Amino acid sequence: MQKYLRLYLITSLCLLSAAVLFGLVASWAFLYPETYNKFLPFYQLRPFHVSAALFWIISAATCGILHYKKEAFPETKSDNIFAQLFIYTWIGTIIAIFVCYGLKKFGGREYWEFPPVLGLPLLISWLLLMCAYFIPLLKTRGNKPIYVWMWTTGIFFFLITFIEQNLWLVPWFRQSYLRELTIQWKANGATVGAWNQMIYGTSLYLMVKISGDGKKAQGKTVFFFYLLGLTNLMFNWGHHIYNAPAASWIRDTSYIISMTEWVFLIRMIQGFRKTLEEGRKLKHLITYRFIIASEFWVFANLLLTLAMSVPAINRYTHGTHITVAHSMGATIGINTMILLASFSYILGIDQKSEQLRKTIRFNFWLCQFSLFIFWIALIAAGVIKGYRSVVLNMTSFQEIMLPVMPALKTFSVAGIGVVISLGIISVVYIIQAIRCKEA
Amino acid sequence: MFRLWLVLFVVFLVYSCFVYSNCDKSRLPVTSPDKSVVAGWNTWQQKNCQSCHQIYGLGGYLGPDLTNAASAPGKDDKYLKIFIQYGTGKMPNFQLSDSETNNLVAFLKWVDKSGKSRVPKESVTWTGNYNLDN
Ligand code: HEC
Ligand code: HEM
Repeated sequence: MQKYLRLYLITSLCLLSAAVLFGLVASWAFLYPETYNKFLPFYQLRPFHVSAALFWIISAATCGILHYKKEAFPETKSDNIFAQLFIYTWIGTIIAIFVCYGLKKFGGREYWEFPPVLGLPLLISWLLLMCAYFIPLLKTRGNKPIYVWMWTTGIFFFLITFIEQNLWLVPWFRQSYLRELTIQWKANGATVGAWNQMIYGTSLYLMVKISGDGKKAQGKTVFFFYLLGLTNLMFNWGHHIYNAPAASWIRDTSYIISMTEWVFLIRMIQGFRKTLEEGRKLKHLITYRFIIASEFWVFANLLLTLAMSVPAINRYTHGTHITVAHSMGATIGINTMILLASFSYILGIDQKSEQLRKTIRFNFWLCQFSLFIFWIALIAAGVIKGYRSVVLNMTSFQEIMLPVMPALKTFSVAGIGVVISLGIISVVYIIQAIRCKEA
Repeated sequence: MFRLWLVLFVVFLVYSCFVYSNCDKSRLPVTSPDKSVVAGWNTWQQKNCQSCHQIYGLGGYLGPDLTNAASAPGKDDKYLKIFIQYGTGKMPNFQLSDSETNNLVAFLKWVDKSGKSRVPKESVTWTGNYNLDN
């Protein structure tokens, strides 16, 4: 592995550690705002946490792709100048973003709360990444495996949605609140779709590699599911804004498209036996464990998402911690698990000492267990808030939140398990990355 | 395969343009924001009010949804101003100037006119969808 990719991998893992630590402190600031407002207020901790989490995901996904592409498209020159330029500008901008948060300089929209000028270096670095990726891609001929389609789609759509994220800087888009809101959430929804394409592509790639079965990434069925995922990326974002009185065809389109996700659920149930058989053969591999954990979380989150995508149910869940359960359930349970599988594979964790693998296995289980409680507690918090505000029609915010707090305390305590387990895993992986200079 | 992809992509582009130009054409009239509203909107983002507050249910969850705070019974400009200018224990005091405070109130009042954040029970149809057009 080249030096610059190693640096990138280590930076991504540092972002993961930062994300969990900031998340934990943010949960305390949520519970005791009076205290935290004096020195480290929630409005600073939330962007620290969410940006670290999102940059962990995007960085780790692109780090994997930059590493794997050398095998997928053999013609790349190994010392790719564009990749290096991308990595340095990208990391530099992330540091600048954190400095701004530290100085309480905000200005962006939700999840991208840094001053909007910093969008420019992010855009430039993404274009550099596209050069690094597309030049070798366009040079290789012949049919590509589906994971290459997915990586390509993810990288390309991230660019489109990133530009869309920033359209609000053009005054016309702010002439109407509903227009601005709609486009913001169209872009946010599709950005998540874009990184999911990169990450699910990586998961497919890893499965092909560890099972040695190239057919997994070929054929009509896999392509059909890829297209279904892409359709959802393009058209399902309206479920974020069901309750806003924007044009009704937006609601109709996203309701219909979101319901196609049942097909994913049915496919998972159908494939369950096969997954079990495969699991018996591969379960000793840590890489595989992380992938299987992600499948469990896909299943759990699909159930939740399908429910939330029905407007009549969304009416109760919207604006509650059920949304947070959905977003953290997916970003930790699905994305982070696949990305850790990817890093386990890159670092060759399965070939390391038994002692080291034991540590990882233990923390793997600690993470699953605490995440499950964490997730359920958030859902409980959301159900209580939804019940009190929508069913009981309470209007006083203080009164609504009173019984929600115990659920959020449970969430915060379970969060400690997530922090310890993901923290230890990232530290172990960072040490391995520093050691594996020659690999 | 690539052709199928291209078709989907073209549909996406057309749909996107259609969304940009028509997404807010529901029954409520759209009033353009004046200078004070735009300034308030920028302050809203620069002070990161969205990390604690939601508008249309979107944002952080430490504070209440403010979509319709401006028209809530018993809450007038003065009420909003006091909150914004002095904060509470849970909400920090941002040391905002009078003009920043007024702009924020103008922004919240403008948002309030764009619609209601809560969907009434009557708007849910048998398909599980909403009918918000009347
Ligand atoms: C740290 C979280 C936090 C931040 C940041 C924050 N608020 Fe608040 N805000 C609250 C809480 C919590 C309440 C509810 C009152 C309480 O419990 O003390 C509130 C109440 C309000 C209210 C009164 C709402 C009502 O209907 O009674 C307004 C208006 C308001 N905030 C505006 C703002 C504006 C404007 C900003 C940005 C300058 C802002 N808030 C930033 C936490 C926050
Ligand atoms: C890899 C790990 C994590 C990832 C990827 C992650 C991701 C996210 C994301 C995307 C959000 C935004 C949610 C939304 O707006 O709907 C969020 C919010 C939040 N997260 Fe995490 N998170 C992680 C770990 C943690 C941990 C361990 C805690 C500790 C308890 C935590 C506490 C919080 C809190 C308090 C919020 C704010 C919710 C609110 O506004 O009320 N997170 N996280």
